[in-house]
Amino acid sequence: MALMSAHRLSTTSGCGVPADVPRLGYVRGRRSDAPGVWTLDIEMADDAPCDFAPGQFNMLTAFGVGEAAISISGAPGGERLIHTIRDVGPVSHALANLAPGDPIGVRGPFGVGWPMATPGSDVLIIAGGLGLAPLRPSIYDILARRDAFGAVTLLYGSRRPEDIVFHAEVEAWRREKKINIELTVDHAGVDWRGHVGVVTGLLPRVQLDPSRAIALLCGPEVMMRFVGAALTEQGLDATKIFVSMERNMKCAIGHCGHCQLGPTFICRDGPVFTYERMRPLMSVKEL
Amino acid sequence: METLEQMLGAHPFFAGLDPSFIGLASGCAHDVSFAAGEFICHEGDAADRFYLVREGHVALQISAPGRGVATFLTVGPGEVFGINWLAPPYRWSYDARTVEKTHAVALDATCLRVKCENEPALGYALTKRVLPVLIERLHACRTQLLDLYGVPS
Amino acid sequence: MAEQRVITAEGLQQLIAILAGEGRRVIAPTVRDDVIIYDDIESIDDLPLGVTDVQGPGSYRLVDAPEAEYFGFVVGPHAWKKFLHAPQIELWRAQREGGGVNIHAADIYAERAAFIGVRACELAAIAIQDRVLTGGQHVDAHYKMRRDHALLIAVNCSKAGGSCFCASMETGPAATGGFDLALTELKTAQDHLFLVDVGSSAGQALMDQISSRAATAQEHNAAQAQVEHTTESMGRSMPAGVNTPQLMADNLLHPRWQEVATRCLSCANCTMVCPTCFCTTVDDVSDLAGERYARERRWDSCFTMDFSYLHGGGVRNSVASRYRQWMTHKLSTWVEQFGSSGCVGCGRCITWCPVGIDITEEVRAIAGVEAV
Repeated sequence: MALMSAHRLSTTSGCGVPADVPRLGYVRGRRSDAPGVWTLDIEMADDAPCDFAPGQFNMLTAFGVGEAAISISGAPGGERLIHTIRDVGPVSHALANLAPGDPIGVRGPFGVGWPMATPGSDVLIIAGGLGLAPLRPSIYDILARRDAFGAVTLLYGSRRPEDIVFHAEVEAWRREKKINIELTVDHAGVDWRGHVGVVTGLLPRVQLDPSRAIALLCGPEVMMRFVGAALTEQGLDATKIFVSMERNMKCAIGHCGHCQLGPTFICRDGPVFTYERMRPLMSVKEL
Repeated sequence: METLEQMLGAHPFFAGLDPSFIGLASGCAHDVSFAAGEFICHEGDAADRFYLVREGHVALQISAPGRGVATFLTVGPGEVFGINWLAPPYRWSYDARTVEKTHAVALDATCLRVKCENEPALGYALTKRVLPVLIERLHACRTQLLDLYGVPS
Repeated sequence: MAEQRVITAEGLQQLIAILAGEGRRVIAPTVRDDVIIYDDIESIDDLPLGVTDVQGPGSYRLVDAPEAEYFGFVVGPHAWKKFLHAPQIELWRAQREGGGVNIHAADIYAERAAFIGVRACELAAIAIQDRVLTGGQHVDAHYKMRRDHALLIAVNCSKAGGSCFCASMETGPAATGGFDLALTELKTAQDHLFLVDVGSSAGQALMDQISSRAATAQEHNAAQAQVEHTTESMGRSMPAGVNTPQLMADNLLHPRWQEVATRCLSCANCTMVCPTCFCTTVDDVSDLAGERYARERRWDSCFTMDFSYLHGGGVRNSVASRYRQWMTHKLSTWVEQFGSSGCVGCGRCITWCPVGIDITEEVRAIAGVEAV
């Protein structure tokens, strides 16, 4: 009496697989990028990783433990999927502690990523903490066609010098001089020779031309609120400021209801939104 | 050769200030430079100078026995430190040490206070410029206290 | 509209038998544990003949009805979403093999079913869940399969309940579309008839197998009058002349949220009984050896603390914020998300709230208009 369908309906991610069932991958590399922060290289079992846009995320499954939304931190078009994970809850702990050779489930990519900057525009990238991870694909993208843009600046705030993720790589970018880089930390000892203070404190160091700049922000929501406010104060239109939001994501396709913020589903309509769209929503406590 | 008046006028802290006030303040100014790693002041000392950084970086630090020296703020070109000059007891509440070779304009605190007393409009103008720095630093301090990048417990 | 037909109670029994004969589950209102729920029935005798419900805020009881009608009551704690948007479902299972894992997507299956006694508000709710779960880029295949294999046999309400406010939400009490057949029960001293409106070819195919006759003008008018009477006797209403979506959006910081939080127990009853609430969560399970895994999806509620969990804590820690999320979603943000209100005026959240919070009264309080 039961009817079965041999083929699934159109419930697929961009990759042509059911959106609610993970694909199998294997961890091929694992390295620490900061205390408690691990980057996994994942090879898909069947074929190449799905194409993704910088700023999108995947749902990663630690089999038998659970699933978590993790932004993609590697370059688009690579052979491997790169994800950077903070070991903070049961699922992320299990994911961050997967060893090379271990299986891992991958659903995605999901969501709306960073906008493509108009050629010639200045790009201001402002990251806080692990917020650099979802911005890194954009930085790779910009570096790959650096001539298409005007001034490119990365302002990056961290907790302590040792918490700066991808620190060696950031220093390598700095040496290449293709993008201007300013790092700041909240707390530092005498060995630290960089800035100490909040990331908004770095803004006066940027020659911001509101007519040709866009800003990409990712970090704690409080940080993005203050940076967004400071940038608009400096004349940058709120539609040219983009923020990557975080909420509890379960299904990643706008069906489970968990990640709602006001009328938006962060998983489906975001995670990247204009600051103009998010400003009124971020300002309401516990929305 | 840049005059002290020009240096002050070019510094963001004095930007847009009435030229006559800049002239008054420049009477208290000194062009100073420090080598990398040099202490500019120590916690507890009389806050006898107000610094406008022109080049280089200065780390503001507090040391705690057993916890070492902690830098809570770095101050760079276009920024100021030593706003303790304006309020009693006129003492430094931190150490200031250069991170790299640093050029600054130092304003003699006693001289500046006397001029402000004699010319309240100058005093008011400077207070209005010090206050935003204070507010901004208080706000930054709150944000740092939130330990936003840390793992929530 | 096509010609209305008339069948008798025997005709209704014929219909049930035909549906069962087609291999369908026949699901209809039936009395269980002193409430009317939706469950499998075998014959017309399983319907709550002569039973009616008395409902109000935090209150539901069954009593003998003045008329021996088959459908002389309104909606109970069950909604059809129980059968369409399953409370619990397995999404996939997996087994460790060698160094890898074999992942098997759950079969997308549905039993053919017929729902008898779907009210107008429930047709509206099903249409809303259709939009939520199948109307976007991603389609919930489990839902769609069940939906595609269910016949909807509607019933126009012959009375309104104490918690009902469908008339003010413009979703009822008459079924105007989205059904295969719609029945209007007409009980007089002489007759016990059902006027039938046919809404689909599947419905017509069923009618072709049942003896029926054309409705008379008097019967047609009697059915109209009955629906009008139901409309006029609604227990509650959303305040007229209030733009509720805008009202909610403009009042996210209204003190009423704090006030309602002193009453709300955050028990999630309203979300469980609501015919449009669609939120789910997933649990990953494994065997003791850690070699077999499965992911189960189940209904969830925005009233739970875990719902908004974000590494370290919930986003909505206060009851006020969780009640606000539920009500503003239902009445306001839903419109932007899915093009209609998420509320159909069925009144279940009012009846099944253990402390009797009335969503229409909460809207009035925020709008600053007097209770009716």
